[in-house]
Amino acid sequence: MNPEELQQIADRIVSMAEPGEQIEAVVAWSRDTEVRAFEGEVEHFVSADSAGVGIRMISQGKQGLSWAGVLDDAALKECLAEARDNASFGSEDPNAGLAEPDGVEPEELSLFDERLVHADTEEKIRLAIELEAQVRAGDPRIFGIESADYADSVMATALASTTGIRRSSAETSVYLGVYALAGDEEDTTTGFGFSVGRALQDLDLAFAAQEAVQRCVRLLGATKAPSERLTVVLHPYVTSQFLSLIAEMLSGESVIRGRSPFAGRVGEEIAAPSLTMFDDATDPLSPTASDTDGEGLACRRVPLIDAGVLSGYMHNAYTARVAGTNSTGSAQRGSHRAAPGVGPHVIKLMPGDLSAEEIISQVGDGFLVHDIAGLHSGVNPVSGDLSVGADGVRIRGGELAEGIREVTIGSTLQRMLGDVVAIGSDLTYFPWESTGLTLAIADVTMSGQ
Amino acid sequence: MLEESTIQRVLAAAASRGADFAEIFAEEKRSSSALLDDGRIEELTSGRDRGAGIRVVVGESTGFAHTSDLSEAGLIAAAETAASAARGSGTGTTIVDLDRVNAPRPNLVRIMPGDVPKAKKVELLLMANEMARAEGAAITQVSARYADSHRRILVANTDGTLGTDEQVKTLFSISAVASGDTGMQTGRESIGRSVGFELFDTYEVGDLARTAAQRAITKLAARPAPSGEMTVVIGPGGGGVMFHEACGHGLEADLVGKGASVFAGRLGEQVASSLVTLVDDGTMGGEWGCFAIDDEGRPAQRNVLIQDGILVDYMWDGLRARAEGRASSGNGRRQSYQHLPMVRMTNTYLLGGTSTPDQILSDTESGVYISHLGGGQVNTATGDFVFGMTEAYLIEDGRITEPLREGNLIGNGPGVLTSIDAVGNDFAMGGPGTCGKDGQGVPVGDGVPTLRVASGLTIGGTAA
Repeated sequence: MNPEELQQIADRIVSMAEPGEQIEAVVAWSRDTEVRAFEGEVEHFVSADSAGVGIRMISQGKQGLSWAGVLDDAALKECLAEARDNASFGSEDPNAGLAEPDGVEPEELSLFDERLVHADTEEKIRLAIELEAQVRAGDPRIFGIESADYADSVMATALASTTGIRRSSAETSVYLGVYALAGDEEDTTTGFGFSVGRALQDLDLAFAAQEAVQRCVRLLGATKAPSERLTVVLHPYVTSQFLSLIAEMLSGESVIRGRSPFAGRVGEEIAAPSLTMFDDATDPLSPTASDTDGEGLACRRVPLIDAGVLSGYMHNAYTARVAGTNSTGSAQRGSHRAAPGVGPHVIKLMPGDLSAEEIISQVGDGFLVHDIAGLHSGVNPVSGDLSVGADGVRIRGGELAEGIREVTIGSTLQRMLGDVVAIGSDLTYFPWESTGLTLAIADVTMSGQ
Repeated sequence: MLEESTIQRVLAAAASRGADFAEIFAEEKRSSSALLDDGRIEELTSGRDRGAGIRVVVGESTGFAHTSDLSEAGLIAAAETAASAARGSGTGTTIVDLDRVNAPRPNLVRIMPGDVPKAKKVELLLMANEMARAEGAAITQVSARYADSHRRILVANTDGTLGTDEQVKTLFSISAVASGDTGMQTGRESIGRSVGFELFDTYEVGDLARTAAQRAITKLAARPAPSGEMTVVIGPGGGGVMFHEACGHGLEADLVGKGASVFAGRLGEQVASSLVTLVDDGTMGGEWGCFAIDDEGRPAQRNVLIQDGILVDYMWDGLRARAEGRASSGNGRRQSYQHLPMVRMTNTYLLGGTSTPDQILSDTESGVYISHLGGGQVNTATGDFVFGMTEAYLIEDGRITEPLREGNLIGNGPGVLTSIDAVGNDFAMGGPGTCGKDGQGVPVGDGVPTLRVASGLTIGGTAA
């Protein structure tokens, strides 16, 4: 289905509002293809269309939601009736309300690449099979492939509301990803690699394969290390995961609920002065860039930390109203099933001047962290307490030394922000809402033996 | 949901290009939830999904398509897409006779959640909010969630299987934030069972609220967790997730088949301390991971995976079992009709032993007592795992002493299994869980008695 058809459905739902009702309708459609290769053959090939509608109703300050995975008339009517009924059971909230048009025009981003729509199925299959083959051939120690996938999606969404917001858009995405196994009798390691884009032509298969092989083999022979306090150097991939967490604490939702250690601290120094962080939502180079947010407002750049000083939070219409400010275009909607929350699109740290090698040499003695595990179980976003499983390489005399695995690194996020000692120049994009770069943080506890 | 003659025609279309196996999985699911935050009922949500997924297997390749159009024309279109995706190159097969699967329902639902007035669900949330806040002025924020779902499935395939199931689940969870001089701490508690609204005849939301609030308050006084390898005692019910992560995933036949499991090729070997008997049981009445038939139409089973420390069997879905010429173990599950089934756990637990919990504790000179573990993850190929300790205490001179702040626990599955040197007689099931694998989430249960892991676990604390 195209954006115009979806917009018509959204408009029709909104036109059924009764006096005093605010209605927002989101209609989404996607066509997805997924190919998994194994041992040179197609393990599975999935092809499917899906569609859904989500309705948010606010009546007398009370909110109700309803969604459906079908778009026929009967389902839409039932969905609307359910949203209306649900709203009658909410608590009255003077701040409840939909987003209002704020006059900010969305930037024109080209998120839809027509070439994907016409892409050849055989070529998609070839990519998955070739990815597997390149990883297997990448190193003699690679002994298996857990998954080698090609996936793409053509998506369209439309939103309409009784406050006068009407917005539809379409987007394409492609993904190549592989999980590989390496090792010998003694030792097994795993590694992944991926490449993303908006059409097949954007994909860098060799890069994805190399990454997976590198990640696998660099940990072979790694062992547990003794516990100590040291400087950690985070790989961009690890940094991006930490930044996602910090962004969670800077969301208006956490702040107005008293669940953020950064609530009420705008203007205070919360990080090292070298650190500047913002949501660069419309950066066209990012796979997660967006022109409009989950409530149909224009996405924009949101300053968060300026030279170590907290400059503000991300807000959707509701959290902004509670906080007495304006939406920053940061409404995030996981799908048509969910109410809009608050979240970033493209979190970034202002890059520094040093390459990863220069940072490693400058740190001299430390731990280069390649990967972390258990981030969500190991971090309390309320208190900021943090401990995560980690693996990587010990840094000695400014050089990479022995591999380390099965250790944890621990601190609090607040302390880590303050203890940043070097910021890399190697800005890296990922297919999730945070970028990364090499980041060195002093005085972190590594727990091992 | 679908006429038998329609099913036969759709299966015939799916197999029309030649297929070793074709299957139709139809699903209708209604869910509702209500959320309380900051003293207010933020919203009620209801949702409805319905559709069918069609799978066609040709040799080693699977083609899959799904549709939300359950008309015969819609289903046949999806069947043709799946058939072409599987790239079969033969000709059609005959229409199969379907045999209804007779599987006992693991639970009876007394009160369908859909029949309960919404006002009653809202009342539970408001009550929980009050009860949690009444635990002390330190409680500064409370959020709570009520959710129910009603899922009807139908599975039919060219082996002649025709099965249906009706799965009802009800859940309540609460989270309390306590604030003090040391900052903020969170306490959580949840209960979820494959039953209807009668859940609340057995469980008082007030008790859940008090537990969550007390957990948060206790942690205000907690000290940073120590770091390093130490003896760990895990309390009843609260640590089942460790066995789900540390060994359950490694016993899934799809991962074993790809060499992505440390347990591959080890059937019949001693893989754990002789005190360990590990079971995965989809028949456990009312538990979060139970069902009558799995999402491939196979009746739920109780499967012993490790018996007295010896690896007895892996868990199987239809595809992997077929390749091995054996029967599925009833572990073929999927998130929805939009997903392919794969090997998944149901309710995974460690059987109780003979020691009393007191004996185990008093026999532990020093270490950490974990009464509640949070989420975790495992690398099945290496067995390395990590998960969060949401409620933990120091053990000093055989006694539980000070509470500890949150931290992660890391270890290696096979290593931990061999280091278990005491198993208690106080088995309990833990809270409801959602297991994620390859992008799909399914409801699972777990359970453990008190047990001690003598070595091999590293506490990742922040204390120097």
